[in-house]
Amino acid sequence: MVGGVFSRFKIPLLLAPALLVLGGLFAGGLYAALVQSLGYFPAIGMTEVSLDAYREVLGSRRFLDSLLLTFYVAGVSTVLATVLAVLAALALRRSPSRISSVIFQVPITVPHLVAAVGIALVVSQTGLGARLAASLGLIGEPAEFPALLYDRYSVGIILTYVWKEMPFVALVVLAGLRGVAGELEEVARTLGASAWQRFWYVVFPVISPGIVAASLIVFAFTFGAFEVPFLLGRSYPTILPVMAYDEYRSVELTDRPAAMAINVLITLVTALTAALYLRLSRRIGGRRGSS
Amino acid sequence: MGRRKRPGGLGLALVASLVALPLLPLLLWAFTGVWRFPDLLPSELSLRGWEYVAGGGGRAPEAILNSLLIGVAATAASVAVGLPAGMALGGYEFRLKGLVIFFVLLPILVPPLASTMGIHLTFIRLGLADTAFGVFLVHLIPTVPYTAIILTSVFAERGGEMEEAARTLGASPWQTFRHVTLPRAVPGIAVASLFAFLLSWSQYALTLLIGGGSVITLPMLLFSAASGSDPVITAVLTVVFALPALLALVVALRFLRGHGDERDLPFLGRPS
Repeated sequence: MVGGVFSRFKIPLLLAPALLVLGGLFAGGLYAALVQSLGYFPAIGMTEVSLDAYREVLGSRRFLDSLLLTFYVAGVSTVLATVLAVLAALALRRSPSRISSVIFQVPITVPHLVAAVGIALVVSQTGLGARLAASLGLIGEPAEFPALLYDRYSVGIILTYVWKEMPFVALVVLAGLRGVAGELEEVARTLGASAWQRFWYVVFPVISPGIVAASLIVFAFTFGAFEVPFLLGRSYPTILPVMAYDEYRSVELTDRPAAMAINVLITLVTALTAALYLRLSRRIGGRRGSS
Repeated sequence: MGRRKRPGGLGLALVASLVALPLLPLLLWAFTGVWRFPDLLPSELSLRGWEYVAGGGGRAPEAILNSLLIGVAATAASVAVGLPAGMALGGYEFRLKGLVIFFVLLPILVPPLASTMGIHLTFIRLGLADTAFGVFLVHLIPTVPYTAIILTSVFAERGGEMEEAARTLGASPWQTFRHVTLPRAVPGIAVASLFAFLLSWSQYALTLLIGGGSVITLPMLLFSAASGSDPVITAVLTVVFALPALLALVVALRFLRGHGDERDLPFLGRPS
């Protein structure tokens, strides 16, 4: 009977389409990237498996510069976004939730390229910032305004990430503040704790696991993201995903294993971050469940 | 400390204006005719950029159409594949469930660039590279996990009592699905579809890799405009690119009115 067979294999049957699609495209793609990073590339006559690409990549100055830049951009963006998110959440905790929700959802929903172009139009040498500086008499020519795009310190990229990612962390913090943390704070207030004591000893310990989890997501994303640095970054050093892309598009087909090796390294770092996040959020979930 | 009511208006205004800051020059540039350097506002307005988007010589209409078609296709496929997965993950307990959820979540957390570069060679062999169908396929890497996870939380939030009642009354599995499960899942499916569409619409890197410059979507066009020197065209394309997200936000807010509380991205706060 069809019904009987269906109910017996119900769960595998329901899962099969999604697992096939993700298995074929995502896992299959990752597997291919791994195999190609090991130098196995029959299409261009490379059939020997080796770690040469990794040796070459890890030993190159370009990769090292790129790795440092990537950690710098992802690290600074994550820290700034997180700190500002906590401040923004504290500022908006007493506002009606519909208003704070609208304010924070706008940057979350808008695509990254929109944020990048908007930030560029604010901080470029002919942007709103430079115009404001000129009308205040601080600068005379556009060129006197500091270069914040394609610059050494990746200011444009970091500002874009902070604008895009801060609201996501802020919503997580806000949910914490309006939940258990808020109730505990009331108790502490009744017991005579000062505003700072209430924040540091009561509110912060309750909301911090959520903050850490959310900032891990931000770090994993900014570490592996491609388009904002591709648009607003310098040509050397580039962020790792852009370097992988450049190697991949190189005319020399023998550069492909190196591109794939970089990809595998990016995947390892982000997967590790993701695993940390999942562990942490499970712990948070578990504690919530038991309370 | 002793104060009961804090003046929250100042903080609110500050946060709101920081959020609005990068969007402001976009809107101004989109309607600019002339905007000389030190001026704080354009001295002449024009609709030049909008004429370009409407088809005045450029490839904008084609790009917008491509983005829409690929987005709709990716949405339909993601829901078709994500709905059953969401029913299984949200509605049942089974062995290895944690592992399956991890596997479904991974493409969200790990950048899809690596797997897309890896699969490129296979796509070339199969004749899928440089085609809209190939681009549609790689867009599924981020859209399927989101739809599956959103629908998982939808099915996890409610029990299966109605289905059981339907089966007890003699309904077949298909009848139960068609007349009980599906109608109740419609709001969740709508949210998941919205997410899937926005994700596909926003994709740049995957389209660039697999489309190889032959499949022109809106972000492809926007990217080359942004690397060029015409801020008016760039701003207009960016506003059009942001439009579905803002529309979706308006719809979602109306939709969630009854709940009264904000909802963060359904997957991110609680993945399991």
